[in-house]
Amino acid sequence: MSLILDIDHVSKTFLQGGLLSRRSVEAVKDISLQIEAERPEILSVVGESGSGKSTLAAMVLGQQLPTRGRVMFDGIDVASIRSSAARRAFMAKVQPVLQNPFEAFNPLKRVDRYLFATAANFMMAKGKPSRQEIEERVDRALVEVGLTLAEVRGRFPHELSGGQLQRTAIARALIPDPRLLVADEPVSMVDASLRMSIVNLFGALRDRLGLSIIYITHDLATAYYISDRIIIMKKGEVVERGNARAVLDNPQHPYSIDLKNAVLTPDFA
Amino acid sequence: MQTEALLHAPEAATQPTLVVDRLKAYYTTKAFGIDRDIRAVDDISLTVAKGEIYGVAGESSSGKTSLIKTIVGAIRPPLHVVDGTVRFNFSGQSYDIYDMKPDKLQAIRWRHLSYIMQGSMNVLNPVRRIKHSFYDFAFAHMGLDRATFWDKVRDHLRRLDLDPGVLDSYPHQLSGGMRQRTTIALATVCTPEFIVADEPTTALDVIVQRDVLAMLRDIQRDLGSSFLFVTHDMSVHATVSDRVGIVYAGRLVEEADTPTLFRGARHPYTQHLVASLPKIGDTTRRASLPGRPPSLADPPSGCRFHPRCPLAMDICSREVPTMTNLTPRHRVACFAVTGATP
Repeated sequence: MSLILDIDHVSKTFLQGGLLSRRSVEAVKDISLQIEAERPEILSVVGESGSGKSTLAAMVLGQQLPTRGRVMFDGIDVASIRSSAARRAFMAKVQPVLQNPFEAFNPLKRVDRYLFATAANFMMAKGKPSRQEIEERVDRALVEVGLTLAEVRGRFPHELSGGQLQRTAIARALIPDPRLLVADEPVSMVDASLRMSIVNLFGALRDRLGLSIIYITHDLATAYYISDRIIIMKKGEVVERGNARAVLDNPQHPYSIDLKNAVLTPDFA
Repeated sequence: MQTEALLHAPEAATQPTLVVDRLKAYYTTKAFGIDRDIRAVDDISLTVAKGEIYGVAGESSSGKTSLIKTIVGAIRPPLHVVDGTVRFNFSGQSYDIYDMKPDKLQAIRWRHLSYIMQGSMNVLNPVRRIKHSFYDFAFAHMGLDRATFWDKVRDHLRRLDLDPGVLDSYPHQLSGGMRQRTTIALATVCTPEFIVADEPTTALDVIVQRDVLAMLRDIQRDLGSSFLFVTHDMSVHATVSDRVGIVYAGRLVEEADTPTLFRGARHPYTQHLVASLPKIGDTTRRASLPGRPPSLADPPSGCRFHPRCPLAMDICSREVPTMTNLTPRHRVACFAVTGATP
């Protein structure tokens, strides 16, 4: 059994304030988490604002280094990555999808430039790619998310709908053939009718490409709908974890119960 | 929580608080000598009874925010009213928003009509203490001396379970939920008869959202105000709204009491909105709507939903369906439901 991601007793402490008024904030406290290479899955990380969800994501992406513990990705300690070649090899395997697609893309820059730049960047490892190779790679990624290069070419962010733009952001993340996507609140800025199209896309990517996805959200209903496993975080600690359906059908920890009760149920029985 | 919506259905009020009649408001832009109209609000009629929570739902860029800005008279060029009227009834007095002097409009604002803005966590001035915001917004409308005014503000905050100490804080010292509740307190301190709330809980997490919604309901019960509640989240409507109107591409397509709408929606777009909601305890596959929302600058002919509609017929691309009453409190604009005679 090999692990694609092994988070081993990880903590992160932030220091705040000046020399005299220094305080430390423990954003993540002693979290362990494994994802197996052979069993791609969607893992939901759920919790209120300030519960440390995004800090955990930043450590998986190598943007923050843990204060204690280790994040191992495919057998490599993320903290040991130094050279730009090693970093590029790591980033080809782990890609982020951000919360608000309208903020993720520069409004004055055509969307396809991000796609071409990403493709060129990651294909450089095997020698300088030709224009045609780049376009083929970009088109393949866009087809995976239900778009084509013809639809996106030359467009500015405001010319695409929120759903299309978020799909484009996911396509960008798919270009280097990653093993793991870290999606931080990918649907909270997308409105309800498009939300399901993004969530269904995650399910399809897992099944078709064998991709694991860490899905960070505070929307328990979509977490229940799509994810295989769930961890519920509060103040940096995992309070409950397990099979998503089992945990949400029958939450044990008082905080999980509270969280579930806060979900507005739309049915009129 | 759902039965609550039924219990608080408003009594048959004699005079509706708000009457919007055939309202049209367009963004008109002139570039290179070409006029372009963006029809953000197109022929919308609705009424809100006294003490009722009227929900407005629809996807992003369907014109929800333009609609309520037009209703409260907070519009600036290029958005302008092309046709129709907006009439409020406050304590027996009738006010036509677009046929009154600006100073009179100023006088009813905040006193009778207040507005909780979208992203209202960010409307508080970041470099001034909260109490200055309260003073600037509300003092002139209350007609009280200073001491009584501050007593009243403190009482109001206490009633909403907010520590009056927030008055001395700066906005950045409060959490998102606290700031949201403070702006709601600010919008309700003058006990207005009509409150417009534009996506008041969208940026909040589920627990804070529940508290804020409970607070809005309490205010509505205490003050007996009418609410116009705008959000794209149908599950929020299920919890708070008495009646919901669905907006698609600048037009109202269906309107009914909340339980009716969730149990027996007739318009295919509403049916899709209701069916696509994921629920805990239910893992059946949720379909998503094909296509993308139409551009309001160049909307599809006829019924604006027809390019994405599973029931589209010939007539849908030619004629505009009108709102037709199925029952006295359930209106829908769809040829597939009302028959193909326009």
